[in-house]
Amino acid sequence: MKTPVKLRVNGQAHEIFVEPRKTLADALRDDCGLTGTHLGCEHGVCGACTVLLDGDPVRACLMFAIQCQDMEIRTVEGLADGEELHPMQRAFWEKHGLQCGFCTPGFLMLAVGALERKPDMDEEELKEMLSSNLCRCTGYQNILAAVRAAQAEMQ
Amino acid sequence: MKPPRFEYRAPSDVEEVVGILTEVGDEGKVLAGGQSLVPSMNFRLARPGLLVDINGVKALDYIQRSGDRILIGTLTRHSCLENAAAVPGPLGRLLATAAHHVGHMPIRVRGTFGGSVAHADPAAEWCMVSVLLDAEIIAVGSRGRRTIPAEDFFRTVFTTALEPYELLSEVILPVLPDSARFGFVEFSRRAGDFAIVASSVVIDVGSNGIINPRVALAGVGGTPVRARSAEAVLAGSAPSAELFRAAADAAAGDVEPMGDIHGSSEYRRHLVRVLTRRALERAASEA
Repeated sequence: MKTPVKLRVNGQAHEIFVEPRKTLADALRDDCGLTGTHLGCEHGVCGACTVLLDGDPVRACLMFAIQCQDMEIRTVEGLADGEELHPMQRAFWEKHGLQCGFCTPGFLMLAVGALERKPDMDEEELKEMLSSNLCRCTGYQNILAAVRAAQAEMQ
Repeated sequence: MKPPRFEYRAPSDVEEVVGILTEVGDEGKVLAGGQSLVPSMNFRLARPGLLVDINGVKALDYIQRSGDRILIGTLTRHSCLENAAAVPGPLGRLLATAAHHVGHMPIRVRGTFGGSVAHADPAAEWCMVSVLLDAEIIAVGSRGRRTIPAEDFFRTVFTTALEPYELLSEVILPVLPDSARFGFVEFSRRAGDFAIVASSVVIDVGSNGIINPRVALAGVGGTPVRARSAEAVLAGSAPSAELFRAAADAAAGDVEPMGDIHGSSEYRRHLVRVLTRRALERAASEA
């Protein structure tokens, strides 16, 4: 049975009407019209759907929208400030941190969330953090280079 | 895939959780971090009729000391235990090391200690640690509260002594003496995967050799197990490379691993030998 759910995404309120089984990822895409969050595996392995929930990177395919009321949700659509890209987005562009781009929203949110939690992550910690998500194009080296570049700028 | 339909309730206290579980019986399932339950629902391997979301029961989220015991509330996120200072002494370091092996960061900020124990994956870190340290597992039901020793709690793969109307509310671990040393080693194909085999040890070296040795293994059967013969080899002897090899051999003899797509029985037994030796060496060299 559908229930009214209030989501707060990138500072904006969305009043949606969904079944309890609707995942946060599907609610963002289908009901809030925010299709920047991508769904890969739908079982928490690939990380493409990573969003920030009260600042923490989480798999949006493993949460139900109904659980996320009263929480602050951030998605890739909230990163840029108007035409001004977030340092992480710019770094992915400049360092060629993407090819097909499918995994990119997840990587951006993962890296932004992780660095906001711990700005001084060292190389090993960055690698370990980036192992959370799957990318089949880049081989990860340019993603790591992008995150390192953005880290310097974000500090 | 998408999960099948279910009803959703989000109570705010333990009494209410237990009330709902009692009322709905087998149809009910507790939702904590959801990092194992939701994937299995998305695969349609699990089809609970009703989810009881306990994330709003803040009283279940705590790490407390009570005398020589540490009480871990069921809703404690894995990431809270990654901080070795969250729990005093060697136990804090052991838990931090184990926590770091649980999935990946986005899994650790969401997944819970109690959820992992209740899920009872035979390769899960917290299940192995519970058996290693003789944890006491607290189940709360409408008939009250009971304590289940870890070795009786895990029955087989994904199967525990919990009744459908019970909530796993807390896990109690013993504080380890400052002189205790631990080793925790896993082998998996990719970072963040469940271990194919994991081995964990705690030893305390006194003037008369090793006292209170504990060796536990995961990924070798339906539940985590203690390697009792390995412990017997270690007890009362002075630590040495030779002793550790003998104990690791004994550990390999203690298990009858099941073979599957990730590794044959023989391969897992080999891993038990190698990882137990490494875990003992790490314990011996831990500062």
